[in-house]
Amino acid sequence: MKTSGSRSLPSRIADHVRDIPRSGIRDFFDIVSTMQDVISLGIGEPDFDTPWHVRESTVFALERGATHYTSNLGYLELRRAIAGYVGRQFGPGYDPEREILVTVGVSEALDLALRALLNPGDEVLYHEPCYVSYRATILFAHGVPRAVTTSAADGFRLTRAMLERHVTPRTKVLMLNYPNNPTGAVMPRAELEEIAAFAEAHDLLVITDEIYAELTFDDAHTSIVSLPGLRERTIFLHGFSKAWAMTGYRLGYACGPAELIEAMMKVHQYTMLCASSFAQKAAIEALAHPQADIEGMVAEYRRRRNVVMQAFDDMDLPCSRPLGAFYAFPDIRKFGLSSKDFALRLLQEEKVAVVPGSAFGDCGEGHVRCAYATSLDNIREALPRLRRFIGRLA
Amino acid sequence: MDELLKILQSNALESHANIARMLNVPAAEVARRVAAYERDGVIRGYQAILNEDQLDLDTVTAVIEVKVTPEREGGFNRIAERISRFPEVRSAYLMSGTYDLLIFVEGPNLQRVAAFVSEKLATINGVLSTSTHFMLKTYKRLGVLMESRHEDERLTVSP
Repeated sequence: MKTSGSRSLPSRIADHVRDIPRSGIRDFFDIVSTMQDVISLGIGEPDFDTPWHVRESTVFALERGATHYTSNLGYLELRRAIAGYVGRQFGPGYDPEREILVTVGVSEALDLALRALLNPGDEVLYHEPCYVSYRATILFAHGVPRAVTTSAADGFRLTRAMLERHVTPRTKVLMLNYPNNPTGAVMPRAELEEIAAFAEAHDLLVITDEIYAELTFDDAHTSIVSLPGLRERTIFLHGFSKAWAMTGYRLGYACGPAELIEAMMKVHQYTMLCASSFAQKAAIEALAHPQADIEGMVAEYRRRRNVVMQAFDDMDLPCSRPLGAFYAFPDIRKFGLSSKDFALRLLQEEKVAVVPGSAFGDCGEGHVRCAYATSLDNIREALPRLRRFIGRLA
Repeated sequence: MDELLKILQSNALESHANIARMLNVPAAEVARRVAAYERDGVIRGYQAILNEDQLDLDTVTAVIEVKVTPEREGGFNRIAERISRFPEVRSAYLMSGTYDLLIFVEGPNLQRVAAFVSEKLATINGVLSTSTHFMLKTYKRLGVLMESRHEDERLTVSP
């Protein structure tokens, strides 16, 4: 019952939660979902089905009764499989007993890492444009987000000089996400070495979200954690959502030095307890034969990337060439519309959904994200519509 | 396998221009490579993959295991080729295991297929025995599921 003088509900919400806006993607989704026959280039998840052997093993796991709590860290069998895969694929070895934590997606792993590491006021360097949750997750952990702007001119890659401009004595963590959502940028080894030197020079911890690591089109992915000296200051985050098309399973993992994993485990233990048991069983199966599943998907994303980039070229739409993930991030500044207006009008006039770049940080303004995680038929239908639309704007 | 062939194998109607965009090469190069594959016999033809169960065709397909005596010098090839030349035989494979050839025979009805087996196939010199199984329903053919396609259940916009 409301009594006179009681404070309004919104005013009782914690400041640091109330002050964070909802994801721009969420707002846009609400608009798109009211419309019919939209071709969506706005979907940040694979269009491929989860490989059947993985789904089938999930069913088997349920039949067998894998429906109970698991160890807080996750099934040891899965952690062993992860240790093997990460060692082969990315370089460093991790002890499955103490250095790997299975989480509910990389999103949870990131949240745990930041909560485990940050004291209020500690600063976190991260690059923008970036995944929609980074800034919010830092703020929820009472950290201070320090965005480092990257731009199409640099292929959306980071340089040491950019980072040096934002580092302070309070900086504690450097967050990386390559291959990148929303730009498709990757960091070649030589440039990563500079970033690694920067992290060492300032004694920073590194959190690297490499959820798109398998999805590179031209050169094999290099993880910063494979560079000399970096393993001991890095939390490596990865998962099954993108390379295995398992987004709904919500399964990720963190690898890192035992002391840091132990701290993350504490938060996980008291908040999440463990990741879904049968999802973990499915992940064991996914890791049993990873290559066959992934190769076909990467080949298809590469073809789509080529189709999209050639069409952008033909319509004179500037776009830094994506080298990984499944996103293109064209520059729409010449049309004089905000990215939100551009996306709204494209949706209303041509029924094509893209995501306004501003959803990925202030410096994403002037761009839109086009995900090519949709069939070539859809892409071929969407591109002429986009062309017609910008033809009218020009 | 050449990626060009993979693309054609999943959709033979893909235009050369489209394939060129997918592979990031000139269209003329795609045309040249496809022509070379056709000339060399790597590409043997282009067919539609039909769900015949939907067409209400009055045909039957038999899968027949055939044991044969390999010939001196010819091995299995000569007899396999001889069997393959019958138009009723849609596919034929040499197998390891308890029989030698696996053939797929199509006919307008059960009697006609049975007649083909007893009169044509079993009487070929070198054929020792046959074991005939009739196909009842197709769930998947040439890598394509015959079930109706599902709607995309993903959210229309997601991070």
